[in-house]
Amino acid sequence: MLAEEPIWIMRELQRCSGCRMCEIACSLHHEGRIWPEASRVRVFMFVPGVDFPHLCTQCHDYPCVEACPVEALSVDEETSAVIVDREKCTSCGACVTACPGRVPFLHPGDGKATICDLCGGDPECVKICQEGNWDVLRVVERTEEHSYKLYARRPGEVTEQLVKILFGERGEELI
Amino acid sequence: MRGYAGKFSEIDLSSGDAKDVRFSEETLRLYLGGRGLATKILWDALGKRWEAVDPLGPENILTVLAGPLTGYYAGGRMCISGKSPLTLGIVGSTIAGEHSIDMRCAGYDGLIVKGRAEKPVYILVTDSRVEIRDASHVWGKDRIDTYRILTKEGLGLLEERSPGTREWKEPSILHIGPAGERMSRVTAVQTKWTHGAGYGGYGALMGSKNLKAVLFKGMGPLPDAWDMERPRELIWEVARKRFKSDSMRRWGTGSLGYDVGARLSSEPVRNWQEEWHDEKSFGVDRFEERVWIKRYMGDFGCPTTCLKLAFVRTGPYKGAISDNPDYEIQAYGGTNLGIFQPEDNVHICSVMEDLGFCGIQVGNVLGFAGELYQRGILTKEDLGFELNWGDTAAFTRLMRMIADREGIGDVLAEGTHRAAVKLGQMKGVDLTKYAIVAKGHGIGAHGIRSRLDYVEVVSYPCSVQGGDHTSPAQRDLRKGDSELTCMLQDSGVYCMFNHESDYIWDFLQAVTGWPITADEWYDNMALRILAIQRAVLLMGGPDITWKPVEDDDIPTRWYEPLPTGPYNGRVAESEELVEDRNKYFEDVGWDSRGIPKSSELRRLGLGDVERKLKSFFN
Repeated sequence: MLAEEPIWIMRELQRCSGCRMCEIACSLHHEGRIWPEASRVRVFMFVPGVDFPHLCTQCHDYPCVEACPVEALSVDEETSAVIVDREKCTSCGACVTACPGRVPFLHPGDGKATICDLCGGDPECVKICQEGNWDVLRVVERTEEHSYKLYARRPGEVTEQLVKILFGERGEELI
Repeated sequence: MRGYAGKFSEIDLSSGDAKDVRFSEETLRLYLGGRGLATKILWDALGKRWEAVDPLGPENILTVLAGPLTGYYAGGRMCISGKSPLTLGIVGSTIAGEHSIDMRCAGYDGLIVKGRAEKPVYILVTDSRVEIRDASHVWGKDRIDTYRILTKEGLGLLEERSPGTREWKEPSILHIGPAGERMSRVTAVQTKWTHGAGYGGYGALMGSKNLKAVLFKGMGPLPDAWDMERPRELIWEVARKRFKSDSMRRWGTGSLGYDVGARLSSEPVRNWQEEWHDEKSFGVDRFEERVWIKRYMGDFGCPTTCLKLAFVRTGPYKGAISDNPDYEIQAYGGTNLGIFQPEDNVHICSVMEDLGFCGIQVGNVLGFAGELYQRGILTKEDLGFELNWGDTAAFTRLMRMIADREGIGDVLAEGTHRAAVKLGQMKGVDLTKYAIVAKGHGIGAHGIRSRLDYVEVVSYPCSVQGGDHTSPAQRDLRKGDSELTCMLQDSGVYCMFNHESDYIWDFLQAVTGWPITADEWYDNMALRILAIQRAVLLMGGPDITWKPVEDDDIPTRWYEPLPTGPYNGRVAESEELVEDRNKYFEDVGWDSRGIPKSSELRRLGLGDVERKLKSFFN
């Protein structure tokens, strides 16, 4: 089922169980095999119990697309996802550093920039997260009212916040 | 060959060398991985002189093995093994986490660790590369500091070696705590907050090798399956089945604190003097209300996520953290010590894990000490303080003495069986009747007297892993929780709680391409592994040799009637044990003493085991 309107993946990071079934779903869909480090959604866990998925939020201004020196990155008009032209990509890593959340990565296989493409509007990671009732990832309509870039934060920053929400002042000793 | 990375790393900590080794397709086809393959590796390397091998000497081998189903089947685990410091046999001891996935994605199905490092080290496994690195800066550190320091160090190394390519995910870690470093036999190989491969006492084995931790980061895909399309479907089918198991997801195994303790009357209370407690006293709902900060927690590929993140926010135990307590630790760090408060239980669990203990093993020996104190056999003079049931601070103090091997703690650090023998000699009385053990293992928190729990009278006496409640001998060999089924889970290597008998054979075939059926497993493969495990268990040594039949018994305590609860008066009968034990021995191809029969060993292609057993018993 394809969404009629562009979608966005809403996230409730502190609910994440760390099951990583999103990584399995994503890599099976995109790579045809289980490949956690090639999954477009990657679960980080710098502190045990503080697991969370890390994936593209489709910023309004798309700094990764802007940063690409060879125009290998573009925005899909229908889904608003970032699409990588793997032929054009030179593996320079400019998109990785341009992203405020360091979400894109160079594929561990071919070294090309790799970014969530929203599965064309019907994301696999969300399906399993919903079916399993973890409800960390959810598809919503993409509207102009959200500051999507707020969600493009580096895993270290996310961890620092979550660890305090979960463990209070003790959290600071755990990082 | 499919489903395998194809290579293993053999690491000699004495010389500092690591080399890649391979096993033939035939070997893997017969033993799969994990517990099965560990049995083969250990038998081949140490079998000839098994009884002389010191489990804590450099000659012993630590195996860290995944299996072909690891990462494919729901809830991947790692199987830790070696000559067990507790049972002196081979114990397949599994632990959840991403380590086994990272290892397979790095191109390895397992590590075979030999020798002993001169000073503390850790092993770093990355893509087709194995390194031995200095660990003196984390030696002596608890789980929190070990995790914090090694995570940062690992992330730094990954970025340094391949800068600017990505935000690096943390390496997965297996580690031991201070008690493991001091070779206490009641210690686990650990990960995260409260994950542990506890049975076997392999924390001590790592400690004896000066091995503090193993770090894994694999960037490749999981090794390809024989038929990729089939697992793709099966993964979701199994997940959907597991999603329906709501009690396990909702409450985790912690719901058994009510089910087992109050309803079934088979939970250890005050060193098993009772197995029942009032239903309202320790229900999992109180954990949810008071200490859970995450309702679902799990590890790679687990649809069940039965773990619960627990944290004490207020009171004297503020700051205690556990990613459980699961039922076992509710019992062994709670009811078995007369402790019935969730906050106290999370604290006990937190300290156990900080120090590197197996919660079951240390909880068993703490309960044993508690009963000796109750009976006036251990005194305030022996301990330096009073040790009354329910005194959380006192049990915490004793636990720290065990970790430090201070005073009486040095004796208790050897585990309940050995402590009972030694303290008995010191006091001039028989204390083994207070030891709730089987083959050196403190028994899991499931009793048999009420006859209502899943374990049977033969479960612990006949198990080749002794008191291991995750590997119980059952009269029906093909039961979902029988030792032979657990052996499949431990060799696969995946989580027993996700086992679905309707799917597992399809899964195994789809991943490996081998036409392994239930009949092939239960009639041949499992019996082969079982026979070797039984053989080495009977050889034991060097400090203890288990006597066939005589040591294939239940604890003395279980011949005493249950004193309280709705099933009070129920008791184990020795006639029942003898009858069931004889039948079990017969069914698995062992003689009346439980020694694998020559004809059976030859049928299984284990001529060398047959010869060794013959010379051992003559």
